[in-house]
Amino acid sequence: MSTRERAIGSGASAAQTSERFAPFSARRIFVIGGVGLILCGMILGDIFAAFILHPNANRIGENLLTATRAVASHDPQAAGAAFQNIGGLLENRGTKVDAHSHMIGFGYIALLAALLQPYVAFPESAKRFLAKLFLLGAILLPVGVFLIHYVGMAGSPFAAIGWASVFGDFGGFLVWVVCLCELAGLTKYFRARPAIRVSDELLSHRSWATRTLLSGGTLLVLIGFLHGSYYAGAHLFRYEARDSELLSAMTTQAAAGDSAAALQAVADYGQLQGAKALNVAAHAHVIEFGVLAILLAFFQPYVFLSEKWRRIWVVVLLIGSLALPVFVLLELQWDLLAGGLADVGGLLVIIALFAMLVGIWRYTGKLDSSAGVA
Amino acid sequence: MTFSRKLLIFGGLALAIWGMGYGIWYAVFIEHQTLDGIGSALATGFMRAAENRRVESQAALADAASRSFVYVRQVDAHGHWIGLGLLLVILGIAFDRVGFGERIRTYLAMALLSGSVVFPLGVLLETWNRGVGPQAVAIMGSALVILGLSGTALGFARGSS
Repeated sequence: MSTRERAIGSGASAAQTSERFAPFSARRIFVIGGVGLILCGMILGDIFAAFILHPNANRIGENLLTATRAVASHDPQAAGAAFQNIGGLLENRGTKVDAHSHMIGFGYIALLAALLQPYVAFPESAKRFLAKLFLLGAILLPVGVFLIHYVGMAGSPFAAIGWASVFGDFGGFLVWVVCLCELAGLTKYFRARPAIRVSDELLSHRSWATRTLLSGGTLLVLIGFLHGSYYAGAHLFRYEARDSELLSAMTTQAAAGDSAAALQAVADYGQLQGAKALNVAAHAHVIEFGVLAILLAFFQPYVFLSEKWRRIWVVVLLIGSLALPVFVLLELQWDLLAGGLADVGGLLVIIALFAMLVGIWRYTGKLDSSAGVA
Repeated sequence: MTFSRKLLIFGGLALAIWGMGYGIWYAVFIEHQTLDGIGSALATGFMRAAENRRVESQAALADAASRSFVYVRQVDAHGHWIGLGLLLVILGIAFDRVGFGERIRTYLAMALLSGSVVFPLGVLLETWNRGVGPQAVAIMGSALVILGLSGTALGFARGSS
């Protein structure tokens, strides 16, 4: 038996595998939709980091300088206008970050739901409907949030929420309803008689790739949690107090005519925001990549590649998962060089994930051709 | 299914659903108004400074800082409840591969679940009381999660019992 045949034949019987991963089955919709959502979210994040984040931060800094100069020249209208611009820029930044993180988060939930499908005691048609409803919500929320900045309050009957936000929130509601239904299906399964209980080949698979992703992923999550605890304990409150002090210094020094001190406060404020953003990004990314590695560990039986290539993509994924957060943190000292290396780390994760998606796609092709599906 | 796996899978799912429900409620009824409030307080702080009304300027900036303090923690609690909930379910699925006996696995699962509930709760409590109490609750919760995760990582390295 070849390595590829062993890959496809591992775990439960081929008939059982084929039935669980049949075309348009709930599990297949969740797996391919989930990996697709994670890939789209990561690509959006890379584009956002490379082309929007830094120019946006510069524009916020310029507007803060304008506001400080307006205080020095006693021009409240100009100060108000600068803050209106800052509000728009922050909304632009915040909605892009939200779209990126929610798309990836929903991808994780989709992979998790795929794993749980054999234990959800509903008919396949109902499970399929729930999977499609989930994907609809998981696409609607990030797209809606992405559009908030461009649609604004146009045509909205509400005081503070625009149409893009309404659709985004509705998407989140759909995802929430599907999660509740999946929980109900699980409860129903575990209350049923033992006779109808099932085993799943994904949970019994113990290859090198699976074990490495499981332990590597757990270690990444642990590193992220330790870093988050250190940041919260050592920096969070200090940074918040410093944030307030610097804003106060900008206004008081500028109003007193000490432009140099006011401009220094603006520069320090920019540095502080950078330090906060980099720490939060490193913490969030190392944990997200850890969770991704653990989730992908379960789907290795579906990655229809030779053992050698499966191992290569596992190692590439783990290297990228550690490199991105480490170099994001080093941006404080190494600036653009570390930023570039962090982007390379992100790219490694995207390439490895794409390679695994190709493996899963090939697996579906193999299953469909064995089952005679056109 | 072992008790430790049930604890992690059902506890994690319930926690993630709670976190999502909290997030939807927060996004619809509070978030937009909070962000508008922060922006408007900051602008007011600078405009009053430009008019040489220093006391009002400082009050507005303090208001912005206070709103921002609350906003950061509300979003953190929402994100951490969902993230930790998902992590518990995922670990629960693989928990039989943790190379300890069921008794230790149950202790690990209890530490992970209780820490995952308590840690974001402590963060959220900081918005009502800025004393040491809520911070202690958050630290205790995160210590429980770190303990549970360390044990689980060690268990995965040891392999199935």
